[in-house]
Amino acid sequence: MTLDEVKPGQECSVVDVHAEGALGQRMLDMGFVPEVRIKVIRNAPLVDPIEIFMKGYFLSLRHAETKAVEVVLL
Amino acid sequence: MNEKAREILVAVAGQPNSGKSTIFNLLTGARQHVANYPGVTVEKKIGSFRSNGDKVVVVDLPGTYSLTSYTQEERIARDFLLLERPEVVVDIVDASNLERNLYLTFQLIEMGLPLVLDLNMVDVAKRRGFEINTEELSRQLGIPVAPTVGNKSRGKDELRQTIHSTYKNKQNFTPIRLNYGETLESVLKSLEEELSQDPRLMEHYSSRWLAVRLMENDSEVQRLVRQQSQRGEDILSKVEQEREYFIGEHKKAPEKLIAQQRYQAAGKIVENCVKRVKVIPTTLTDRIDKVVCNRFFGPVILATTIYGMYQLAIVHGYKLTEYTWPLLAAFRNFVASMLPSEGFVYDPILRAMPLGVIDGVIAVLNYVPIFVILFALIAILEDTGYMARMAFILDRVFRYFGLHGHSVLPLILGGVCVGGCAIPGVMACRGIKDEKARMATILIVPLMNCMAKIPLYVLLIGMFFARQKALMMFFISTITIIIALAVAKILNLTVLRKKESAPFILEMPAYHLPTFSGVMHRCIERVWLFVKKIISVVIIVAAIVYVLISYPGLNKERSAYYEIQSSQAIQTFHEKIGDNNSYTKLVAGAQLMEFTTYWDEYKKAKMGAKTKQTKEAIDQKFYNKKPEFFKIVKRGKYELEGKKIVDKDAARVEKAYKKLSKTRKKFRRERREETITLSYLGKTGHFLEPVTKFAGFNWRVNIALLSSFAAKESSVATLGSIYQSSPEDKEVRLEERIKEKEPGWTPLHALGIILFMAMYPPCIPTLLMVKLETASLKWMFFATLYPIVLGFIMVVLIFTGGNLLGLSGLQAMVAFYILAIAVTTVMAFIKRKPELA
Repeated sequence: MTLDEVKPGQECSVVDVHAEGALGQRMLDMGFVPEVRIKVIRNAPLVDPIEIFMKGYFLSLRHAETKAVEVVLL
Repeated sequence: MNEKAREILVAVAGQPNSGKSTIFNLLTGARQHVANYPGVTVEKKIGSFRSNGDKVVVVDLPGTYSLTSYTQEERIARDFLLLERPEVVVDIVDASNLERNLYLTFQLIEMGLPLVLDLNMVDVAKRRGFEINTEELSRQLGIPVAPTVGNKSRGKDELRQTIHSTYKNKQNFTPIRLNYGETLESVLKSLEEELSQDPRLMEHYSSRWLAVRLMENDSEVQRLVRQQSQRGEDILSKVEQEREYFIGEHKKAPEKLIAQQRYQAAGKIVENCVKRVKVIPTTLTDRIDKVVCNRFFGPVILATTIYGMYQLAIVHGYKLTEYTWPLLAAFRNFVASMLPSEGFVYDPILRAMPLGVIDGVIAVLNYVPIFVILFALIAILEDTGYMARMAFILDRVFRYFGLHGHSVLPLILGGVCVGGCAIPGVMACRGIKDEKARMATILIVPLMNCMAKIPLYVLLIGMFFARQKALMMFFISTITIIIALAVAKILNLTVLRKKESAPFILEMPAYHLPTFSGVMHRCIERVWLFVKKIISVVIIVAAIVYVLISYPGLNKERSAYYEIQSSQAIQTFHEKIGDNNSYTKLVAGAQLMEFTTYWDEYKKAKMGAKTKQTKEAIDQKFYNKKPEFFKIVKRGKYELEGKKIVDKDAARVEKAYKKLSKTRKKFRRERREETITLSYLGKTGHFLEPVTKFAGFNWRVNIALLSSFAAKESSVATLGSIYQSSPEDKEVRLEERIKEKEPGWTPLHALGIILFMAMYPPCIPTLLMVKLETASLKWMFFATLYPIVLGFIMVVLIFTGGNLLGLSGLQAMVAFYILAIAVTTVMAFIKRKPELA
């Protein structure tokens, strides 16, 4: 499954990032590498973007970007 | 013998939200200045301090998570490090977020520059239950570590000392070498060998860094190798082969493995150096965010914040200008007193032109109190971390139009509701990380309703829509944002198509209490930047505008006509007083002008006075200035040594002068109107009439709109001088005067002018900011021209269309409003090309 399908409150672990170029590199730089644990915190008031917690910090991403992150639920 | 004092170049790097600018301020204090990196709009702060007799020059690099070539900030930071070769690099690291911050540290180490790790915000880390062994951290990384608490000014001297000693010992700098794993390392090794045989490359770059970057498929480094190395093509094709082989073998790109290894190494170091002494289940930030980002409370809090900012800065700031304006006015009067004095019907150019310029300058400076408040508030929003939440909540709405969650603040400042200012609006666009959205926002901010547009709205609505005032104000204050959103999308799909678009991956930093000094620092810095950039240009433009509306001037006959008329009026004045009046000599010849000035000043002073006390003070002041003149302006009724005196001679002079003064004012106005009409600007107004008539603008309106270009607030004043009072010289209100001269005007005419003003091109200071923020003259001209074209098309649509359909002003407005909403809605649903894939 991909990160955008994970519901707020659920935790998952990164399998791979299916993005190339700027987006791909950016996600790698922000720490989307295999086996990293991610907790989905909440949706924005208008559903998109979402807020996640990983490696001790909070990030917000759009659904368009989270679609690229393949994860497994924990 | 003393060693010669050296200049040591130090760069400050770090990830966003690591407290980098606080540390920069801490290191350099007030000794700093702001410039831009060449060719781009990213700020470059440079400061300095003295350490052990040497001058240490510190350059603040943009905050970046990484050092790839994908974003402008990263390229800038990287190029600075590569090309300027600072002696020491200070890496500011958020101690409470060590793992991710070390990711950047490894990249800095790879660049081969002596590095100091500044472990910042150690107090926050401690509060979150982390205990960091700095000695172990320093040992594992092989670089010196200095702990600081930036916002409490702790650790400054140690950090300065560490920087200096690192500089002294740079020969012995041996940081860790990150191991990327066997397979990758063997490739890297052979690449490094190949690269190190090229002396030109080795002059500037570390072979390790080049090798890693090439394996990461970094396009800038590829270009660099191709350009600088004679065997560039060979090296690149080898890299290409190795990458392909690696991907075939491992089913993933090398950059993925590299990032993974960096994070793994960072994780290991954190494991070894950081002890978690207590586990805190939820931090304060979590609890705040539960409310602030809540589905219901989030938007409410956001709206309240925006409303509060608007109230504080625009409304209260405006009130503050009532206190600062007298200072500016006093300055103007001071300059005026140094210049040649007024003429009877027209002023000498050496007076009129400098005063015109000063009026232009103080009109802009008048807004400074508003800017001070606004910039302070923005700094608070940034420092607390709320800005990121604003973007989080609003991104969805703005994204439909190719904008960004961060676009909201610039638009608010520009005046989404009625009354803002485009200058801080454009400046606030700096916070937008997505280049495409940033450009779009810069270009639409001037379409908002800035304060200077309001007087004209009020005037025309009062005249033509008196009964639907509230409704019309609502239409105008909302139509601009509706149009702006559609424009943003159109720009996005056309002229901005090729601009860089960044993914929306936004850190939500922990909330911080902003420090007073930090906020003030930023606020003053930005206001100063504004004042410095603006003043010189405003002076030039105001001078040009003066020439355009004053020249070529009246022909000889008309000049002579006014001369004769005025000398006749003066003649009549003297005849009325007669020769045996005791004041005759006092107001004869050149002294008449002196009296004129005295009279005007007295009337002006009296007009501003409200209480009896101030009135008496003014009287005393003017009495002291020239007792004889005072007797005249008091109509011969004054007190002298306690006695009430009635001076008939003075009363007579007063009566005669009053008449003369009115005649003089009338001539001045008429002459001015004639001058404007005949001026270059006036001719242009006439020249444009055949085209602008489709928008309902006659030449008079053209002149008013053209002259507004220098300053929109003058639109009403220009209308005032074009629509002069009738000869009977009663003080008729401008509304009446316009109605009298333009009997054919319908609400449609007024609506056209209002909408054109709404779309009016940015004022000169805003255009300068556009130039500054886009770093291009081309975009500045674009920002000037497109609103004119857009506004004109809209007004023609309304005026000509409305006339053809026989609509009333209100009907036309409603129809246009619905049309605008429809267009904007359609725009929202046009999909952006999937540029992120």
